[in-house]
Amino acid sequence: MAAIYSLYIINKSGGLIYYKDYGSAGRMDTNDSLRVASLWHSMHAISQQLSPVSGCLGIELLQADTFDLHCFQSLTGTKFFVVCEPGAQHMENLLKFVYELYTDYVLKNPFYEMEMPIRCELFDINLTQAVQKDRVVFLGR
Amino acid sequence: MIGVGKVKQYGNVLDKPLNKGKQEVSLSAFAFLFSELVQYNQTQVDNIGELERRLEDAGYAVGARVLELLCHRDKVILDPDMRGYYSGQSSSILSLKDLSLGMGNRRETRLLGILSFVHSTVWKVLFGKVADSLEKGTEHEDEYMISEKELLVNKFISIPKDMGTFNCGAFVAGIVRGVLDGAGFPAVVTAHFVPMEGQQRPRTTILIKFAEEVLQREARLG
Repeated sequence: MAAIYSLYIINKSGGLIYYKDYGSAGRMDTNDSLRVASLWHSMHAISQQLSPVSGCLGIELLQADTFDLHCFQSLTGTKFFVVCEPGAQHMENLLKFVYELYTDYVLKNPFYEMEMPIRCELFDINLTQAVQKDRVVFLGR
Repeated sequence: MIGVGKVKQYGNVLDKPLNKGKQEVSLSAFAFLFSELVQYNQTQVDNIGELERRLEDAGYAVGARVLELLCHRDKVILDPDMRGYYSGQSSSILSLKDLSLGMGNRRETRLLGILSFVHSTVWKVLFGKVADSLEKGTEHEDEYMISEKELLVNKFISIPKDMGTFNCGAFVAGIVRGVLDGAGFPAVVTAHFVPMEGQQRPRTTILIKFAEEVLQREARLG
């Protein structure tokens, strides 16, 4: 079963609003995670402009020797991306599901301030459940 | 031919029973509206107690109206299509005479009656289900509790740590208070989080503390 290393959510201006790592591999300190987030935001924007074909929506998948990075951008510009083992399956589904959780437990929470770091207990609880391995298989059906 | 023999023909359009309409609203739409209600009230207050009170007041107005509506609809529960009343069929439970005598339009006058009305009828209309439990307080005679594992208004809400014991269920507490007050059972109603053993999330308990006059009247009625 493929392992997820970490999950990021960045707001439309590139600020990291949620970061969570899973397991020991790929663990990063706060500064590094912020750096990855803003770097990815810029690369994503540049890739749209450098694309040889028009209508490009940015990088969806980055494949490296030791990890894969899957990215999903919502219509409002919030980006969700997950760093996982090379060749991991069903990550698009997982990201869409995380987006769903975000719309439910973050955006409908009256105590959440837009574009600010996410501190919502219910979001954490549901995310943990979703990332559990069997759940990812279920999502991939 | 579709529905032949099934649809009753009404000679006069006024004889047709009123369409009950859609009974449900979108949960998302409600969640956003409620979220906005909380956010707006938050800008109007400077402490949490005040916010709780404002939410309760908002609920109170809902409760008072819900009681009125449900009492009025009571006759509908007896005869769902109201066909008997309007077309004068003899098979109906309710006749015109009964209505003029005030049947239907039932209102509870006893303590346990009104509590189970809130716990089942009101809850079903507002949240689509009966409340998880209705209990009598163990320490005080005048206290009753309605508990809900996952209160609908709290479904998407996480309370920040710095807000302490604040519970958006205050809105529902207000609804309960509105219903009880309208029915002649003045009470103080509050919403609390109660931690559950073996559960990650606390449940919400609506605590109802009746006014002394209510208990005195109840004792007199025997």
